[in-house]
Amino acid sequence: MSAFTMPSLGADMDEGVLREWLVGPGDPVRRGDVVAIVETDKAAIEVECFESGTVGRLLVPPGTRVPVGTPLAEIEHGREPAGPARKDTLKPGTRARPAGPEPGKESAGRAANAVDSPARPAPEPSGEAACAGAGPLVRHLAQLRGVDLTALSGTGPGGRITRADVEHAPSPRAPRVRATPYARRLARDLGIDLTAVRGTGDGGAVRGVDVRTAAQGADVRAGAQADAAARPAEFRRESEQRTPPAAPAEEHPGRRTDTMRRAIAELMSRSKREIPHYYLATTIDLTAGQTWLRRINRGRPPADRLVPAALLMKAAALAAREVPALNGYWRDEGFVPGTEINVGVAVSLRQGGLLSPVIHRADTLAPETLMAHLKDLVERARRGRLRGSETTGATLTVTNLGEQGVESVFGVIHPPQVALVGFGAVVERPWARNGMLGVCPVVTVTLAADHRATDGAVGARYLTAVDRLLQRPEEL
Amino acid sequence: MKPLTDAEAASVVKESIAQIVPDADFTGVGPDDRFRDVLELDSLDFLSLVESLSERTGIRIDEEDYPELTTLADATRFLVGRSREATGTSPA
Repeated sequence: MSAFTMPSLGADMDEGVLREWLVGPGDPVRRGDVVAIVETDKAAIEVECFESGTVGRLLVPPGTRVPVGTPLAEIEHGREPAGPARKDTLKPGTRARPAGPEPGKESAGRAANAVDSPARPAPEPSGEAACAGAGPLVRHLAQLRGVDLTALSGTGPGGRITRADVEHAPSPRAPRVRATPYARRLARDLGIDLTAVRGTGDGGAVRGVDVRTAAQGADVRAGAQADAAARPAEFRRESEQRTPPAAPAEEHPGRRTDTMRRAIAELMSRSKREIPHYYLATTIDLTAGQTWLRRINRGRPPADRLVPAALLMKAAALAAREVPALNGYWRDEGFVPGTEINVGVAVSLRQGGLLSPVIHRADTLAPETLMAHLKDLVERARRGRLRGSETTGATLTVTNLGEQGVESVFGVIHPPQVALVGFGAVVERPWARNGMLGVCPVVTVTLAADHRATDGAVGARYLTAVDRLLQRPEEL
Repeated sequence: MKPLTDAEAASVVKESIAQIVPDADFTGVGPDDRFRDVLELDSLDFLSLVESLSERTGIRIDEEDYPELTTLADATRFLVGRSREATGTSPA
């Protein structure tokens, strides 16, 4: 027997709140299954199990804040589960993810209620998809939304249909209900049908509080723990002990923003206190990159197109392979090189704050794959659906503030990493080449690096490598 | 297939944006404002918008057309124009 413990979900995490259990005693689990939701100061994270076995006692009830390393549940190793034993848990979709953006708990809890749908043939004992292009959770989501999977083309690895594909598919029963944007989002997150909600806003418009009331009604009727698993957002709020249960829903994002602000303040202060930063910048001619992108995007449907960020990210990762002294950690007064190149991607959240989900081994991914990961990660970061393994292990961070129109960003390193790469906006500028002046798309790439680990010459070599790599986009 | 009316095109644009930015507050976005800046859509968001517009209307949108999707008024005009071209050239 061993213990499933509170994981460290980022270098700055000391403790976390066990928000929700997605498994119960007796459930078989496999390495990689999502078993719980843990809330850090920054986000709610889907946490995976790192062992296979059977869940024993749950040691910590939901809503409890515990330090990293605290045992949360017992895992018994008597025998390996032959396969998902219960059709109403979420194992089929969550095990053995080949880096595929499989969905999380959103639809999992209600799977039990939906066995008689055409999109979901009888529960498969093997747990594998009958429709090869989509996992069970994706198919369930499609069924919930009334989306025809056979009409979709998958953007996931190997053409798998991802949750994003389903979510972006036009819904044949898009509700024409008057509702506030917040209510719509809430309804989507909670799986509530807006057409069935009585609105109390202007002209009968559905407000967030109406959706919440409807959700609670549904919860009372269902009374099932499976249902609770489908409503992490609500659950999170209700069991937050510092917040009165009756607190208006609209206050929640503010609270999250506050704790995130504090977490960022703490980490960035530590960085500036401990890390002697040096900064370098260079402007790169992006004509070759733009031309290449235009050529390969032509004729592709929007879902398959690449954005410049994917190309820049790939170049940043490959350059780290050439200059490994910038890829890794500063620990115990020394540099520890990373064994892989795992790129943290700074993602700004709409309500404020930022997260840095990780693209593992980014240097090995084709631009298309990198693009798919990027889209999926950014979307899930913003929806609060990241997995534990996606929040840890970054060896280098890339920020792309150019998206907001600025030309250069001199970043603050995320300790214990030793470098941060920044890309500004791609802009057209006068540019001299071969003694001729022309107008070219250019991008300014910057490097903030830890002077304890490297000197400026190393940083300069890195930026030169990024430039060289971007001149041959077809080889990225 | 009938060409889109201005009102239909405008609502498709707003619905598509709302799908990407669930909290989008259109009261702050004038017809000639650059909505991408006002609502802080990054390049991935914008690509999702193109994807959604294209799926909802069946209109093909190439990268060359992106500059047409800068303001709500431009985007509406673009979709209406394209849907007229499409219905004018195909017998359906």
